[in-house]
Amino acid sequence: MTSNKPAIEIVDMNKWYGDFHVLKDVNLTVAEGERIVICGPSGSGKSTMIRCINRLEEHQAGKIVVNGIELTEDLKRIDEVRKEVGMCFQHFNLFPHLSILENCTLGPIWVRKMPKKEAEDVAMHFLERVKIPEQADKYPGQLSGGQQQRVAIARSLCMNPKIMLFDEPTSALDPEMIKEVLDVMVELANEGMTMLCVTHEMGFAKMVADRVIFMDEGQIVEENTPHEFFDNPQNDRTKLFLSQIIGH
Amino acid sequence: MSKIFVPLPDLPPPSSTKGIVGWSRENLFSTPLNSVLSLVIGLIVLSAVIPLLNWALFSANWAGSTPESCTATGACWSFVTSRLDFFIYGFFPTELTWRVDLVFLLLALSFVPQFFERFPYKAKLGIFSLTGLPIIAYFLIAGGVFGLDPIATNRWGGLFLTLLLAYVGIVASLPIGVVLALGRRSEMPVIRTLCIGFIELWRGVPLISVLFMASVMLPLFLPDGVSFDKLMRALVGITMFQSAYMAEVIRGGLQAIPRGQYEAAAAMGLNYWKMMRLVVLPQALKLVIPGIVNTFIALFKDTTLVLIIGLFDILGTVQNSIQDPKWGNVSTEGYVFAAACFWVFCFSISRYSQKLERKLHRGHKR
Repeated sequence: MTSNKPAIEIVDMNKWYGDFHVLKDVNLTVAEGERIVICGPSGSGKSTMIRCINRLEEHQAGKIVVNGIELTEDLKRIDEVRKEVGMCFQHFNLFPHLSILENCTLGPIWVRKMPKKEAEDVAMHFLERVKIPEQADKYPGQLSGGQQQRVAIARSLCMNPKIMLFDEPTSALDPEMIKEVLDVMVELANEGMTMLCVTHEMGFAKMVADRVIFMDEGQIVEENTPHEFFDNPQNDRTKLFLSQIIGH
Repeated sequence: MSKIFVPLPDLPPPSSTKGIVGWSRENLFSTPLNSVLSLVIGLIVLSAVIPLLNWALFSANWAGSTPESCTATGACWSFVTSRLDFFIYGFFPTELTWRVDLVFLLLALSFVPQFFERFPYKAKLGIFSLTGLPIIAYFLIAGGVFGLDPIATNRWGGLFLTLLLAYVGIVASLPIGVVLALGRRSEMPVIRTLCIGFIELWRGVPLISVLFMASVMLPLFLPDGVSFDKLMRALVGITMFQSAYMAEVIRGGLQAIPRGQYEAAAAMGLNYWKMMRLVVLPQALKLVIPGIVNTFIALFKDTTLVLIIGLFDILGTVQNSIQDPKWGNVSTEGYVFAAACFWVFCFSISRYSQKLERKLHRGHKR
């Protein structure tokens, strides 16, 4: 299932916002094809950590290597990494002035230098996979939240990424729409995509994750297989967190 | 057993709330006090409009080209019609005004189609009117090439000078404003400081003093033998001044774009310039269309200030003509004509911008 070469390697990463120490000595190695779910209370640094992987946030100490490329100040390297890493956001962040199809073809055309016709074929392929090809000519403002998030996933997939990052993809959605997004993500996971997913959807974690990571106060507190993580948490902080999110 | 939820059907609104009757009942005569107020205000408007129309249209003099033909009590439009060439072309040689007419025609041909929904080459025509047209227009008017007689800029004047100043100002200040706005938000301290300095400098001085500086002071500092055309100096002054205002308007738009848009574009691998061009600026500029058009209209009207450095725009030619003693007191006619010209152009700009806003509307924002 997983090969030896790590897709992502994070070594002793530290990050500060001004004087505030957000991430403390984070170490994480993600193998190719591995699916990782990251959870933790708000403010624990989980979003910040995955945003460091495509350099939406800059780390101040330690090392991050993505696909064999180490992230440094070098803009070329950052662009190389971003080409291979897709990301979905909590608030979708579709481009409201572009149609759904144009949202999906923007990256392939301008970053991958793909001819327009080919990019449109690719876009339609992925829009079909997320089951909304009929919305291709609409604008993001005309779609529901769940549909927008599925477009956002398709938009990332159009870049043919090796790694997908999800930053709380379902937390801004109405309950009725969460399932349609999770279904797409489960499908993606089953196809062997390397995925890092910040989410509180524990059902999703149990179903697809190879490893669950629990973060608090900017540190990785516990990491384990979903089975062990949910049934036999080691750390008191993890136990408290789990009792709170499962308790209701 | 479960119940089935059936929504009630939609019904049309009651007929008394629709149409002219419904509208005036609701807006003009909703209470006795409102009815009285509506009638009183109606009377006041009528008593002002009737004499005005009488003066401007019904008792006005249209025919003739001499002061003696103005016999009726109303406006003496003969003054305007007899001086129309001067108002439009300034001191441009009469036998060569076809060159200016040709430019007007090109201008109209490249802008009128923009008002039609289904014209196919709109984008190309738009690019032409911003790049090719000014160049062609310059050579047509200035001459000196293709056997066209050169015409010095001190003979340019009237409406066409006004349009030229406004057009160059608008076409140049928008891109410069975009660059300045981006620079002011740059993370590079040198660039940011330079842009802030430039914007605050030009925004902090009145346009009149800019024009004075350009026409009177600048030549003093230039070495002997180096001189720029006066019109050129005025154009540069106006452009710099308006770019500073434009930059601030556009910066407002840039600030309104949520951070997520930048992040999504960056995560996709778009570099800074592509991100700005493809994602941020299209949204930001659309947001601030009212502000941009506001600046355009202000610029259009501010061009009249070139009068004080001895350039004769349309207002200058009108002012020059009403001093002619043989026509008597025709200042009202002259100024009304100049105001009407300005209004027509400014109103067209305004209408076009509203059309553009509607066209670029993309459903509800998130």
